[in-house]
Amino acid sequence: MFLDLSYSGSSFCDLVAGRLPALLAKWEGLQVSPEELPPLPKGTTVLALRYGEGAVIAGDRQATEGTQIATRRIEKVFKADEYSAIAIAGVAGPCLELARLFQTELEHYEKLEGVELSTEGKANKLAQMVKMNFPMALQGLVVIPVFVGYDRRRGEGKIYKYDVTGGRYDEAEYHATGSGGAHARATMKKRYRSDLDESGAVSTALEALYDAAEEDIGTAGPDFIRGIFPTVKTVTARGILDVEAEHVRALCQSIVDGRARKH
Amino acid sequence: MPFPFYVSPEQMMQDKAEYARKGIAKGKSIIALAGKAGVLFVAENPSSSLNKICEVYDRIAFAGAGKYSEFENLRKAGIRYADLKGYAYGREDVTAKSLANAYSQTIGNIFSQEIKPLEVEILVIEVAGAAAQDEIYRISFDGSIADERGYATIGGQADELRVYLKDKYDEGVSLETSVKLAVKALEASSNQKVRAQNLEVAILDRQHPGRKFRRFTAAELVGLDGDLES
Repeated sequence: MFLDLSYSGSSFCDLVAGRLPALLAKWEGLQVSPEELPPLPKGTTVLALRYGEGAVIAGDRQATEGTQIATRRIEKVFKADEYSAIAIAGVAGPCLELARLFQTELEHYEKLEGVELSTEGKANKLAQMVKMNFPMALQGLVVIPVFVGYDRRRGEGKIYKYDVTGGRYDEAEYHATGSGGAHARATMKKRYRSDLDESGAVSTALEALYDAAEEDIGTAGPDFIRGIFPTVKTVTARGILDVEAEHVRALCQSIVDGRARKH
Repeated sequence: MPFPFYVSPEQMMQDKAEYARKGIAKGKSIIALAGKAGVLFVAENPSSSLNKICEVYDRIAFAGAGKYSEFENLRKAGIRYADLKGYAYGREDVTAKSLANAYSQTIGNIFSQEIKPLEVEILVIEVAGAAAQDEIYRISFDGSIADERGYATIGGQADELRVYLKDKYDEGVSLETSVKLAVKALEASSNQKVRAQNLEVAILDRQHPGRKFRRFTAAELVGLDGDLES
């Protein structure tokens, strides 16, 4: 078993499927229509935005179960490896599983091959994993990621968006998905400029999430009482960096103050 | 019915062991030293792409001496084992002890059951909070496993290197001193100058969060050991 040479590839997904298939959810043959499903926690709004140095990736912290709040502190934005990050909207369980599987996939490949995958290679691998989930998506268990990578060979940040069939699309400017995605995109559409710097990109992302929270009941705004704020990460030549919670709090405060002056 | 010639089990094992020892003796050596900064690996390796030292998991690294194709298979099996275990349970549950046991079983079975034994000697090392707690396992061609303290050597000159390090090693060594000590040991055992570009050096960095394995470039090595020529 240990020195099993039957699989000699470098993909962790294929390895798990062969050795420990029980770890991967198998839903073929299960006939449930989306209406029959019990309410499941759903992650709501995530987004990504490009700027000169790279890209920002962010998401709110709420998971919603029907009309109820499932959790206020869920993480939907994950560091995938040193130079890429993934944010996922959809049914929380399979979303978290996909994120973890993708992280392991990238690390596994890097260790076996001695080099990391190219940014495009990572994006394509994620597309295949979303495609694997398609039978589940048909039954209401939708998982939609946004992938952001810093391409060190070309020196630029890249954003990839996906559809449920595993369709992969290059995004030049910004993207948002999830229940508040349309509202977040509307805000970014107004605020986006090609010459944004890092602080401009971070505050645009936070403002877009704020608007999504105002318009969409599933998405949470900044919670000053409990101290829960959106997750924001930057993806640049310096790697994946968290924007400090204190800084996010201050930016959220200034958005709230700005809005208050309008009324 | 023709009878195969009788060979006593002792004779057969001795022959296999001699065969494996000869194969390993042809190869170059690897030194691992636990110090203040972490566990340092130094290997003589003129190739920059065919590695002998590799990351396995967050705190665990692998080093192999002997026949490349054989320890490369073992290395990959180790990474697959560690990643599957970490995914099924949690990252903290992947330990050098269980990995070293799996290697020992596998190599031991091949030694007793196959005609040709593996011509390899490997190290599985897990870095901890301090040098005294680092786990260093050395596994030989017959599957025998040794739990080493502080430092370990494998490969062709393993015994000479061990003797050299015995009096000079101290677990409080700094990174610079460890590099210098390992280079001096390699030079003493081979009676020639070692160049930075012919060395493969990596560390399991005690202080680094998450994945602790890191390689040093030839330029960084010259920075650590001024006497070393690039």
